[in-house]
Amino acid sequence: MLEIQTPEAVMFWVLAPLSVIAALGMLLVKKAVHSALLLAWIMVTLAIFYIAQDAVFLGIVQIVVYTGAVMMLFLFILMLVGVDASDSLTETISGLRPIAITAAIGFGGIFVSLIGRATLGHSAYGLKAANANGNVEGLAYKLFSDYVFPFEVISALLITAALGAMVLAHHQRSVARPTQREQSIARFRTGTIGAAAGLPSPGVFARHNAVDVPALLPDGTPAPTSISATLKARGDMLESKSFELGEVDNTVTEEK
Amino acid sequence: MTTSTSLIYLIALPLAGAAILLLAGRRADKWGHLLGTAMSAGSFAVGLYQLSLMLDRPTEERAVGQKLFTWISVGSFNVDAGLLLDQLSICFVLLITGVGTLIHIYSISYMSHDENRRRFFAYLNLFIASMLLLVLGDSYLNLYVGWEGVGLASYLLIGFWNQKPAYATASKKAFVMNRIGDMGLSFAIMIAFASFGSVSFSGVEEASHHASEAALTAIGIMLLIAAAGKSAQFPLQAWLGDAMAGPTPVSALIHAATMVTAGVYLIVRSNFIFDAAPIAQLLVVIVGAITLIFGAIVGTAKDDIKKALAASTMSQIGYMILGAGLGPAGYAYAIMHLLTHGFFKAGMFLGAGSVMHGMNDEVNMRRYGALRKFMPITFITFGLGYLAIIGVPPFAGFYSKDLIIETAFNAGGFKGILLGSTALFGAAITAFYMTRVMVLTFTSPKRWEEDQHPHESPILMWIPMAILAIGSVTTGFLFTRGDALKNWLKPVFGDHGGHSEEHLFEPIVVSAMAVTAVLIGVGIALAKYQFSEVDAEAPQNVSIFTRIARKDLMQDSVNESLFMRPGQALTRLLVKTDENVVDGAVRLVGRTAVGAGSELRKTQTGFARSYAALILIGAIALIAGIWVVTQ
Amino acid sequence: MNPYNYLYVAALLFTIGAVGVVVRRNAIVVFMCVELMLNAANLTLVTFARINGTLEGQVVAFFTMVVAACEVVVGLAIIVAIYRSRRSASVDDASLLKR
Repeated sequence: MLEIQTPEAVMFWVLAPLSVIAALGMLLVKKAVHSALLLAWIMVTLAIFYIAQDAVFLGIVQIVVYTGAVMMLFLFILMLVGVDASDSLTETISGLRPIAITAAIGFGGIFVSLIGRATLGHSAYGLKAANANGNVEGLAYKLFSDYVFPFEVISALLITAALGAMVLAHHQRSVARPTQREQSIARFRTGTIGAAAGLPSPGVFARHNAVDVPALLPDGTPAPTSISATLKARGDMLESKSFELGEVDNTVTEEK
Repeated sequence: MTTSTSLIYLIALPLAGAAILLLAGRRADKWGHLLGTAMSAGSFAVGLYQLSLMLDRPTEERAVGQKLFTWISVGSFNVDAGLLLDQLSICFVLLITGVGTLIHIYSISYMSHDENRRRFFAYLNLFIASMLLLVLGDSYLNLYVGWEGVGLASYLLIGFWNQKPAYATASKKAFVMNRIGDMGLSFAIMIAFASFGSVSFSGVEEASHHASEAALTAIGIMLLIAAAGKSAQFPLQAWLGDAMAGPTPVSALIHAATMVTAGVYLIVRSNFIFDAAPIAQLLVVIVGAITLIFGAIVGTAKDDIKKALAASTMSQIGYMILGAGLGPAGYAYAIMHLLTHGFFKAGMFLGAGSVMHGMNDEVNMRRYGALRKFMPITFITFGLGYLAIIGVPPFAGFYSKDLIIETAFNAGGFKGILLGSTALFGAAITAFYMTRVMVLTFTSPKRWEEDQHPHESPILMWIPMAILAIGSVTTGFLFTRGDALKNWLKPVFGDHGGHSEEHLFEPIVVSAMAVTAVLIGVGIALAKYQFSEVDAEAPQNVSIFTRIARKDLMQDSVNESLFMRPGQALTRLLVKTDENVVDGAVRLVGRTAVGAGSELRKTQTGFARSYAALILIGAIALIAGIWVVTQ
Repeated sequence: MNPYNYLYVAALLFTIGAVGVVVRRNAIVVFMCVELMLNAANLTLVTFARINGTLEGQVVAFFTMVVAACEVVVGLAIIVAIYRSRRSASVDDASLLKR
């Protein structure tokens, strides 16, 4: 028989509303990064739920794999794809928002009421007996005896997924890589001799070593290659002028 | 009933002739006509043989039959293909084959210039075979086969020269109006089967003794319609004038002597039905009386010699129908008139053909005149036929027509007087227009151009005319001598005429009235045509009556407005309905499918999110279903 | 407290995730909502494992996690590839199957 202790109840009633609010927030915030962070919070909450329900192994795995690996992966991709691409929340497909809201209410309502009505025919048992030898041992026992075949299949799936990711990310060259000689010829054939000289190495025109201060070209305009697109989109680029050296005192003082 | 095995040859010989001539093709062109004539003559010979056998037998055993095969055997409906030869049929058989053979001989010469002569003889043989089947059938269904066959032969022969659209149209008109009559016969057979369970003559006769008068009246009216269609009686008479588009031998054989008399045969053969259904019988006499006046009036205004003779045929058959509708007293006289009419009308038609042959196929009598000198034999044979038809004693027509008029008067009461007077009046008009034909053609001064060279016909043409003329002269006397024909036919019609009928007038009085009427008609015609100037062109400023009579008493206009135009309107309506309603419904199905498709296509927006929304809605539906089910 | 309460939470999280898939346009956010749905299912599994007193639910949740991880890997790789060729991460831009 399962008796839920008060600490667990308290924990539940604090964290469950928080996780639902976080989920709603994930739905409604504009920036994708915020959504990712909210999802990470939800996953941590879920891990706490797992541990509270005697699924200790699973809770730790949830934190390590899901929050640690999967969410980090999400954040990496967000960085690649565009932190700046903020969703405008106006709906382009007509009629979709009302449908979605109605569906949400309907779905949720029916779901909750169904769960409320359902009975299992027996009261909760709790995992005391199953976890008699410890949760990890119990899981391992199940995994390598009853579920060994799905286990093997899942392993194959993992390998396949890794391969798939490699294939998808692979960038096949459609043209041969230009050799040194070809690059040199191309450089001298373009435009002016000045272009053939190539760009100066990074930092030559830098005014500051911060990434949000653009470098100024000799004619005083900011060099386009030194402006971070992300920061520009965010409006975080600063004026280089504010970092200009003021009047430089060129006098040489005698060293004492 | 005794079985005679040679009855089949009556039909088989001409039928085989038709088959051979049609199938052999051009190879048979040299001898086709001879084969056709031989087959017809052979059939006549078998008929004579059967007559001799029949005369040898005692009266009760005169009728013979032959069952050929079981035709229909479905449940309770059993019809055998069988033949019946009794005293009535043998008259017809001899008339058909005899006059038919003569006309075959005539056609050898008349059609000698036609390259399709072989086909003509094939169709003539086909006609003879079908007509024989008609009169020899032992049930209404077998009769119907022959009925249809003669309709087909008539169609083929009227439109023989179908290169001319007008002739082809005439043959179609004849066939279609015949068809209406055929519907009547079909219905009669159906009613007979439904009421009595049998369609053979013996079966129906047996059943008619205890049948309801309603069923018998219905059958009688249907049979009358059939007879009216085939015999060109009112109201189905419009086709006979146009049927003269066929070659003259066809007009002589089919539309004078035989096919058009099939209606009379039908009514007479069904005497047991009409005797038990007085209403139907009354309708028969009404139709007969109307037609005899109708035909006579039309005949007075026709300038085309063949059309005048056609109108005359219509009128004479009206006499026969009138006689057949007068009950047991009249049947024998109707048959007598039929037989005598066969002789003199066929003879006159052949004479007309001879005149046309000599006058370069001119048919307008206003262009004839004084042909007596140039075609003496034709004049004599035609003249004898003329005397017979107007009823001059002692020629054939006098006896037969006279007896019908007498029987009409004897029918009793107001009906009798009306019918008798109508018949007398008809006789007067007949005399008038036949004299007109005679005078315009032979005795009046010549009205033809110099490029005409009238000459007598070849021997193969005037021999049949002569034989028929002899028949016109003698048959009347022979049939009435000692009531010969009446007694001969008595076993067929039952012994109703045994008791003495009341005579309204003495027979001699009737004959005197008839002869007087004839003389009046002849006199008026002579005055108008022989002793006055006759125009070569038909005068246009004539009275309204003449104009109506020239247009066949507006029969075509009536048919058109009553049937053709409503029929065409109905057809157009049906076509429109088919296009708009039926096709419209089909198109509506198509349009609906296309419309539904276009609407459904709008769900394919291409946006993944709308598809996701649809999936979500589907999931909701599923859960809602579970929710409802587990309530 | 009722151990079934966790099921309600899971149901709500699932609903929100489903709606998020429909409403958001950024492909990565959509993916994240899918992950949320999977997690909600996992919570359900673990709760039932506890209620039924066996570890089956946890084993299946474990497998689900593995599969979800693989799915994330491959899915994100696809999104990156699409982004590289189309320069857009919006789900609405891939609407070539429009009628």
